[in-house]
Amino acid sequence: MTLFRSTALAVVGLIVFLGLWEAAPRFELVNPAFLPPPSTIPAAFLKEIRSGAWLVAVIESLSHYLVGLAVGAGAGIGLGLVSGMFRWFENLTAWIVRLLRPIPGLAWVPFAILWFGVEPRAAIFIIAIGVFWIVFFATQGAVRGVDRDLVEVAQAFGFRSAWSRLTKILLPAATPGMLVGLRTALGQAWMAVVAAEIFGVPGIGQRMMQASSLLSTDIVVVYMLTMAALYGLCDSAFVALQGWLLRWRP
Amino acid sequence: MSTDVSAPIIDIRGLSLAYERDGRRNVILQALDLAIPRGQFLVIVGESGVGKSTLLRVLIDLAKPSGGTVTLNTDPKSRTPMALVFQDARLLPWRRVLSNVAFGLERIGMPKRERCERAQAMLSLVGLGDLGQRWPHQLSGGQRQRVALARALAVEPEVLLMDEPFSALDSFTREGLQDEVQRIQQKTCKTVLFVTHDIDEAVYLADRVVVLAGAPGRIAADVSIDLPRPRQRRDATLVEAARTLRAELSRRSADL
Repeated sequence: MTLFRSTALAVVGLIVFLGLWEAAPRFELVNPAFLPPPSTIPAAFLKEIRSGAWLVAVIESLSHYLVGLAVGAGAGIGLGLVSGMFRWFENLTAWIVRLLRPIPGLAWVPFAILWFGVEPRAAIFIIAIGVFWIVFFATQGAVRGVDRDLVEVAQAFGFRSAWSRLTKILLPAATPGMLVGLRTALGQAWMAVVAAEIFGVPGIGQRMMQASSLLSTDIVVVYMLTMAALYGLCDSAFVALQGWLLRWRP
Repeated sequence: MSTDVSAPIIDIRGLSLAYERDGRRNVILQALDLAIPRGQFLVIVGESGVGKSTLLRVLIDLAKPSGGTVTLNTDPKSRTPMALVFQDARLLPWRRVLSNVAFGLERIGMPKRERCERAQAMLSLVGLGDLGQRWPHQLSGGQRQRVALARALAVEPEVLLMDEPFSALDSFTREGLQDEVQRIQQKTCKTVLFVTHDIDEAVYLADRVVVLAGAPGRIAADVSIDLPRPRQRRDATLVEAARTLRAELSRRSADL
């Protein structure tokens, strides 16, 4: 009953929101060119799909997203593990981390364009940097937080090398913490996708910029909703994967 | 070189362990001598902090002694001469029960199928043959400790070290597990080094009880319990032995 009530309330809220959105441009409270009413979106969406631009943009963006995510998360996990396992490595890198960490991913755009040109690789680089730090710190903290008692179990059974400590205990024990970081990174990477493409790398971001310069705000909204849907899809898939990986937890 | 069966399987001479903290020297064990014959069920009792657990940790190489020697007279071919059952079961929560039991076997390069078979046999030995596919969090405290026992037995150690393994369990479960350990030890003829602070548990299980007392810990009493197995908990000899040990322990603590 409460589930029904909360669902009903959510639906009501959404309808009111769409109603207000529809009303504002219809009654000329705002200029319809600046805010397209939601009723015009399905037609714009169909047009964009028919022209083939939608699919191309989505595939471009998704490929930047996935590759950037993989590169950033891979590097973050790798270095995070080493830094969490070896105090000397953490000390060695302490000031480098302190220097580079506060630089926002977007501040790398000038270098990304210089190094890679206005190419997919530049977008991937920017996305990867944003992802890297989140995953790096999550992994380092998760490894640091592993119950020493479990490490002792491995030692007592003769697993004494750093490699076996990593594979038998640290990696599985740190997985929950690493996944929390990865999920945050999943969202962060989406933001970076748009930002990176707005500079001209083909994809959703670039398509939005084109549309906005032609005042086709309905197309801009189409891509905004597309991004929300794609992110929702990725996040749901990730949560499912997380649930499976952590099925051992109560 | 073959192993000498009559020699003690573990020979501890002059063992000391001390560490520095905040400029103060803490001595846990000092000049401990202890010889453990092959196949003996030796129980070490003592109050908390006398170094009982530390002794086991030294034997399994989790702690470095600061002096003395430990001579192992185990089969040189054996890759896991000793295995330890911790006070808290310390199962690996991300592994199913069967995989937890097989854990120690992964180091010795045994094929997977064989590991599973051995683990299954050990799980059956401790009476949990049907629970191999469960996760550790789905087990009761007593079941978890049985799994920990199976995990230690799976590597076929010559010496089984047990560090207050039943102290966190309710008395009913504890007595059941004591009987189980006793049965398994008789069946496998393993040397067992069992640490506890429970004197009744000590006399019920032991061939020999060693009392550690004082700070640093020293051997305060060394008593043989010659009683056939299986034993009766209310046996007059056990009650008498427990009474003597209690008196000895309280006399020792009064001396300090």
